Amino acid sequence: MSISVQHISKSYKNVKALQNISFEVKEGELFGLIGPDGAGKTTLFRILTTLLIANEGTATVAGFNVVLDYKNIRNSVGYMPGKFSLYQDLTVEENLNFFATIFGTTIAENYDLIKEIYVQIEPFKDRRAGKLSGGMKQKLALCCALIHKPKVLFLDEPTTGVDPVSRKEFWEMLKRLQQKDITILVSTPYMDEAELCDRIALIQNGEILEIDTPAEIVKHYPKKMYNVRGDNMYKLIESLKAYEHQYSVYPFGEFVHYTDHRTDFDTESLKDYLKTKGLTDITIATTQPTIEDTFMELAK
Amino acid sequence: MSDNKVIQVEGLTKMFGDFTAVNAITFEVEKGEIFGFLGANGAGKTTAMKMLIGISNPTSGKAKVAGFDVFTEAENIKRNIGYMSQKFALYDDLTVKENITFFGGIYGLSRKKIKEKSDALIKELGLDEIANQLVGSLPLGWKQKISFSVSLLHDPKIVFLDEPTGGVDPITRRQFWELIYKAAHLGTTVFVTTHYMDEAEYCDRVSIMVNGKIEALGTPKKLKEQFNAANMNDVFLKLARG
Repeated sequence: MSISVQHISKSYKNVKALQNISFEVKEGELFGLIGPDGAGKTTLFRILTTLLIANEGTATVAGFNVVLDYKNIRNSVGYMPGKFSLYQDLTVEENLNFFATIFGTTIAENYDLIKEIYVQIEPFKDRRAGKLSGGMKQKLALCCALIHKPKVLFLDEPTTGVDPVSRKEFWEMLKRLQQKDITILVSTPYMDEAELCDRIALIQNGEILEIDTPAEIVKHYPKKMYNVRGDNMYKLIESLKAYEHQYSVYPFGEFVHYTDHRTDFDTESLKDYLKTKGLTDITIATTQPTIEDTFMELAK
Repeated sequence: MSDNKVIQVEGLTKMFGDFTAVNAITFEVEKGEIFGFLGANGAGKTTAMKMLIGISNPTSGKAKVAGFDVFTEAENIKRNIGYMSQKFALYDDLTVKENITFFGGIYGLSRKKIKEKSDALIKELGLDEIANQLVGSLPLGWKQKISFSVSLLHDPKIVFLDEPTGGVDPITRRQFWELIYKAAHLGTTVFVTTHYMDEAEYCDRVSIMVNGKIEALGTPKKLKEQFNAANMNDVFLKLARG
């Protein structure tokens, strides 16, 4: 196992940031921690990267205990925190050189690993890090986290606030890094990114709701899911929420994802009901639940 | 200007030295419309939005917001719009009530009006139990909902939301959108930026900026047809990747 977490708990004063968390990440796996702000993702990252000590439980990373062997872990892992934490007043190249030197290596030695990412920011290598765009900062931070060829890479919300194009490119980069025998633990609040991971843990309020492959997690959804559409989204949501048989009503893009309390449920009766509420152009069709649906069901 | 057009923009341009951040954009937004303003990081969205809310002078072009000219009546614009972003929201060291009172005062509402609005807002969002808590102690989702409601205290014709839902859980994100729908239903125009492409689908119309220009504009349905895409995410990727 590349990462093993056993019954980890952590509290800050009255806040239980993590409650009895356990999971394992296999070597070479791309494992996603999926959950909103405040779920405990960053606390977990800080414990696994030896920056914080848990109140209870044990964990190992790359075979090393996070408390007893913390020095070995620091040499074996790369960590990209959620907040940009490079030296703003150093240039791109100086930052990278600095991190390489700290870890007793050189840019040249591991250039192959970062090449694909670094070439995109190389034209700006003399620019101060503080003057880079968000996307470029993110790429530089990833290079700095990789420059000592870590066995395990920790990425804390690398794509938060990043546009869909850059997010897609970032995930394509992660997939290629995975091919280079690096285990990756990545956190994200974007549920659509969950599907790109080998396995995921859904996490909320310091607790893991479920761990599995994205495909399996979706299969566990307990209800039949319907896409409902009408001419007026606001009226549609209000009307569905007021419907006596509704189990869940969530807007989902151009549709509302609807589930019903009844097991044998006739869509025509719902259609008639919506018509009495003054809605027109109503369509109701079955659809597949997504990871986001599953998360909302588990978090209910 | 017709009463139904809350934003009218024609050839609006902003240059920084030789760099054209916003390149002659033209569009209109109607009363009660939810208008999605999308684009990649660095496409010029923030610069355009700053001009529309009266805090950055355009280099050229024309724009009217809530009936006021961005060149000559910027102060009136600031008084007649609502604005909310992740970065500028509420004061953590004030309670929920104090924040409402403070922003009500900033917007020039009378004490009586502030009291009325404050009570209504607390009731509507179900804030009774937390009204006297410091905002800093609340979950992000609550802060966002309160921040949005505060931006509507002075009944602006239009509210600008800059990535309002970043980082919150999917249920809270949807509750937030229900507030948006409600505001729009009651006649407030909503101008919103987001990186969540499913949220783009919730908008009545969407514009997508690429390198300073509006490269696509229409209802989500029309844009999906135009770009032969299954969803708004595909539309965005096709456009922004060129």
